[in-house]
Amino acid sequence: MKSILKTQLVNKFFHDPNEFHVLKDISIEVDKGELVTLVGKSGCGKSTLLYILSTMDRDYKGDLYLDNELMTHKSIDELAAIRNEKIGFVFQFHYLLQEFSCLKNVMIPALRLGKLSPQEIEAKAYERLKTLGLADQALKNASKLSGGQQQRVAIARALINDPLIIMGDEPTGNLDSKNTAIVFEIFKDLAHNAGQTIIAVTHDEDFAQKSDRIIEMKDGMII
Amino acid sequence: MNINTDIAKTYIFAGKKQTAVAGMGVLLGMAIYIFMNCLMLALDRSSTSVIFKNNAHIRVYKEDKMSKPLVNDSTAKYLIINPKVLPKSNTIINPNQVTETILKNKNVTVVTPQVNSSVFYNNGKSQISGIAVGVKPAEANAMYNINSTIVSGDFKSLTSNPNGIVIGVGISTKMNLVVGNNLNLTSAKGVNRTFKVVGIFRSNVRTLDDSKSYINLASAQQLQKEGALYITDITVNIKNPDDAKAVGDEISQVTGYKAESWQEANNSMVTGNKMRNIVGSLVSSLILLVAGFGIYNILNMTVSQKINDIAILKAMGFRGKDVVRIFVTQALAVGILGVIGGVLLATVLISVLQHVYVGGDIGYFPIEFDGSRFLRGIFFGLIITFFAGYFPARKAAKVDPVEIFRK
Repeated sequence: MKSILKTQLVNKFFHDPNEFHVLKDISIEVDKGELVTLVGKSGCGKSTLLYILSTMDRDYKGDLYLDNELMTHKSIDELAAIRNEKIGFVFQFHYLLQEFSCLKNVMIPALRLGKLSPQEIEAKAYERLKTLGLADQALKNASKLSGGQQQRVAIARALINDPLIIMGDEPTGNLDSKNTAIVFEIFKDLAHNAGQTIIAVTHDEDFAQKSDRIIEMKDGMII
Repeated sequence: MNINTDIAKTYIFAGKKQTAVAGMGVLLGMAIYIFMNCLMLALDRSSTSVIFKNNAHIRVYKEDKMSKPLVNDSTAKYLIINPKVLPKSNTIINPNQVTETILKNKNVTVVTPQVNSSVFYNNGKSQISGIAVGVKPAEANAMYNINSTIVSGDFKSLTSNPNGIVIGVGISTKMNLVVGNNLNLTSAKGVNRTFKVVGIFRSNVRTLDDSKSYINLASAQQLQKEGALYITDITVNIKNPDDAKAVGDEISQVTGYKAESWQEANNSMVTGNKMRNIVGSLVSSLILLVAGFGIYNILNMTVSQKINDIAILKAMGFRGKDVVRIFVTQALAVGILGVIGGVLLATVLISVLQHVYVGGDIGYFPIEFDGSRFLRGIFFGLIITFFAGYFPARKAAKVDPVEIFRK
């Protein structure tokens, strides 16, 4: 299998208020098409690790490779461009832009990338929403949708640029069991049928058990 | 449309009220800025035009000098002296040659000799003191534009009538004179002459209208008991009145006589204008700045409200400069709307006030359209809105998404 994401001896410290060693010698590798969950108790560093993997957090020691390219020491703007093209995000609190329609929310990352014309992007975004069963909600304002629907819009948005990896920070943390099941099914389908790599931090035992691989963390280390 | 602009547009329309309030601030600031600057310009012009009704740009005359001690050597003994004003006569020697010399200066437009004599106007029992100015009518008209202030009679007939006199409207009212009447003048030298009123002028400057009259140069020389070469003043007009000081210095060097610019002669008025301009510019600029603070505040608030949006945009690959552009675009959109509104409001204000009669020496409300003031206002308005937007935008660009997501 092809390796998509790799870390070598990643260490991270928090300096404020006290010096604290959050991540200790983390070395993991994620292959293409894998659905990986990161689990562990609160404060074990799993979210911190995810933000390092996502390239948003640059303050760490060690090496991070995305698609066999070294991410460490790249500039903020370079990393932004890489995230735009290669990483999709799904968060616990869906973080849609409330003033925009669902369709526009999905389109924004693609408009930023600018590889397709706005018409093509719109068609593609609509297609994504349709696959996720939201075709009839496309033109509604994001704030008008239910939590489960908003999370599916967020997934559509994460998918719009055909990223190498989708990263989720408690993507089902705020959803009821029915919507959790829907979101998990979508992830599983993406990983197994579309070859999409997914890394998700979760507290949900059930969700983790059904994933391809569980990375469990404790006190800043992988066990 | 660029995605940054698109997002900025959505934010603007989402916060219509805020946008309107901020835009209103810029609109008012802008209108007041333009209005005040146009007002100051017109006030300057109207006050200088009052000056130029009575003053040439430069006046060349012989300055009184005190006599010097005969002994200047410090080793010598002091000589008791009695300082006196020298010379006794204040005439300009060889005025024609001096005139020609002055005319050689490229900036000079009109040069004309003048004889001022203090006189009493007598009509029956009433007597008014004043100044009769002996002039060459055609040249004097070119210099002071007297013809335009004539309300009765004709200034030009002074040329053909050596005994003619053009009096101020105040004198004519007080002495009940109309064109064609006779008026007796007594000069300080005791000469008595009767003149015929050929014209009456109204300069709208009370002190002038009540005391000044124009007569022929030769008549003035006669009132002073002097000959044709007696000239007390040579008055000079130049192309740009603001250069009067520099040109005056040049003339002074060439002729050896004192050349006084209108600014020196009207020092207190010029200083007053300067102060008014400083205060006006300061106040109007500060008002514009306050409008900028309005935008700054509202944008700061927007940034705080949209901090989650900013975090997610940055996570999705928006760079710092994209975020800056989103918010600066918002500020500029508000600024441009405000500037357009402000220009319109200023235009309306100015065109209405131009037709308001305030009376007195001023007449109509002194304000005029001036393109450069409008442009300056637009320029400053946009600069200020840009910076009012740039600082909150920079703050937004520095938002660390990880910090936001952790909360």
